Amino acid sequence: MSALGHLGTGSVASATPSDQPVAGGRRRRWVPYVLLLPGILWLLLFFAIPCLELLATSLYDPSGSLETGYAMTWHFANYSDAVREYAGHFGRSIGYAALTTLITLLIGYPLAYAIALKGGRWKNLMLVGVIAPFFTSFLIRTLAWKVILSDDGPVVSTLNALHVPLPDGRLLATGPAVIAGLVYNFLPFMVLPLYASLEKLDPRLLEAAGDLYARPVSRFFRVALPLSMPGVVAGTLLTFIPAAGDYINAQLLGTTRQYMIGNVIESKFLKVGDYPGAAALSFALMAAILVLVLVYVRRAGTEEVL
Amino acid sequence: MRHHQRPPLSPEAAAVLSASGLSRRTLMRGLLAGGAFVAAGGALAACGTAPAKKSQAKACTATDISATDKKLVFSNWPLYIDVDDNDAKKRPSLDEFTAKTGIAVTYQEDINDNTEFFGKIRNQLQACQDIGRDVIVMTDWMAAKLVDLGWLQKIDSTKMPNFTKNLLPTLQHRPWDKDMQYAAPWQSGLTGLAYNGHVTKEIRTVDELLTRPDLKGKVAVLTEMRDTMGLLLQSMGKNPLDFTEADFDAALEKLKKAVSDGQIRKFTGNDYKEDLAKGDLAACFAWSGDIIQLQSKDDQIKFVAPESGLMLWSDNMLVPSTATHKANAEQLMDHYYDPKVAAEVAAYVNYICPVAGAREAMKDISPDLVDNQLIFPDEATLAKTKGFKALSEADSRKYEQKFQTVAGA
Repeated sequence: MSALGHLGTGSVASATPSDQPVAGGRRRRWVPYVLLLPGILWLLLFFAIPCLELLATSLYDPSGSLETGYAMTWHFANYSDAVREYAGHFGRSIGYAALTTLITLLIGYPLAYAIALKGGRWKNLMLVGVIAPFFTSFLIRTLAWKVILSDDGPVVSTLNALHVPLPDGRLLATGPAVIAGLVYNFLPFMVLPLYASLEKLDPRLLEAAGDLYARPVSRFFRVALPLSMPGVVAGTLLTFIPAAGDYINAQLLGTTRQYMIGNVIESKFLKVGDYPGAAALSFALMAAILVLVLVYVRRAGTEEVL
Repeated sequence: MRHHQRPPLSPEAAAVLSASGLSRRTLMRGLLAGGAFVAAGGALAACGTAPAKKSQAKACTATDISATDKKLVFSNWPLYIDVDDNDAKKRPSLDEFTAKTGIAVTYQEDINDNTEFFGKIRNQLQACQDIGRDVIVMTDWMAAKLVDLGWLQKIDSTKMPNFTKNLLPTLQHRPWDKDMQYAAPWQSGLTGLAYNGHVTKEIRTVDELLTRPDLKGKVAVLTEMRDTMGLLLQSMGKNPLDFTEADFDAALEKLKKAVSDGQIRKFTGNDYKEDLAKGDLAACFAWSGDIIQLQSKDDQIKFVAPESGLMLWSDNMLVPSTATHKANAEQLMDHYYDPKVAAEVAAYVNYICPVAGAREAMKDISPDLVDNQLIFPDEATLAKTKGFKALSEADSRKYEQKFQTVAGA
């Protein structure tokens, strides 16, 4: 939306001077729209129209079926039913995603900082190291965690040897396992935007802060961190949004008690065949995430990200 | 657009604008947004899906061009047919078929999941469009759903002598295909119990699995509602082919208790295999074919047929309504009911062979498999097996919903 707005005002501004030849101005005004056309068509065809259809499905009469067909009855109660029944799953999704985002930020920031500012000639190699796990499929990476956290795997036996108490005496099929999987799978989404914004950070600014007797801690919190905020915001969004909708980690690494809203949507669409309920849940999730993200971006105050 | 180029407003319009504090731009925006909203609402209201009527589906049935077009597209699950020992691209039983009939078969291993595949073909079949496949293989309950939706063609068993002669009696006249007009079982399997002998001592009953304290947190049941509830219903002395909602609820209550006690670690699909082999699961509900494969690597993995009864299911060859090579498909199905061909496939895939006489044929192919109860179960074992009753779409959704609530989603 805002990208369109920027381009729009830009073209109007360029056309305003009265000495501009009319034909040239007109052509220029259309160029951005022509350039946007493929993207807009793509968005319309593969996002807007499916969304509208999903919205329609979410308002169908829930007593319909494939055999009898679904009637559009504007059944808004689908939403209240879905949210009431699955409030726990919603809460867990948001909670797990928030925790995942926090942990990836805590791990990812120092990592990105080290690569961008201290990486030197190893920079590219280190970046490849961050992205390399992406060469294998998401599923394989998650399944690998099953082996790592397995009941007689290395982690559990080490913790047992150290007499660290584990709930139910295991790690696999618990909440921490699900969060571990989420953190691992989404870490690169946090590191890369952080790296991109820290990479642009002019080291002379840090030098200047040092020259003005700023201690390293305040130099970080008053210079480096504020300047990298766009990266922090982009990274947290790229982590939080997909993590809230994820269900593979909960399914493979959790038990029924760790299931997230994605698991419910999956089972409603594919197993139960309750299409209106599933669509209502999907839409409610989208709305919840949108609201959270808007509030967050407003508070973080970095309009240039969105 | 530049300001001075606009046509002047009428005095009334200017008055309205200035009184309401709206600029022309905001007003236009408001109108546009309102228009978009109304248009979207209209589009939504026009939505809804038509019922899948059987009569309508009949009109959909494609004309059979088998006589002139000696081709066939066969979609099956991966690793579900015999392959040549030396060349994984050769499938001897299919090559034999082509040599015998001159029908060229395109074999696709593109079915991984009943529901997922259903999602793939649903819209096309509903719109009477060709899905590019003449034979598909679906599990009982999904096959029953396709029959109900009217999306299958009736097969002509008078043209299929092997099929009529050799289909195992237990698989004849199943509730959703009483007259054997739609489905020819490809392979069958048992759902029972399995345990890992390295981790636990023998398990004999469903109740042991759900209550024995030493198994706490090391037990899994299947996400397939019919398999899990079928075993549970039988363990309570009920018949999964004929039960009441109260029976179902009682069995579900038993499952719910095991879940809330932490006895059940998870609900699984095929992925229980790795967990059972590693010992993360001590025992679980399991499919016979999977266990045979695990046993070949570790003889401490055991399959148990609980006294109370097992579930017997089949994956079925079906002809979709829009398929254009029905007669060719019938020839193919009949080919796989030749006991010799069936034995070749059974020797490779390790599931229950639905073809009578294949056991004799197996003596020449792979004598050590002849006495394997999980490939050729004897009468006593088969007598303990049950199917799951055919559910209407509404009932299926009701029971699935109840089951999924316990399964955590």
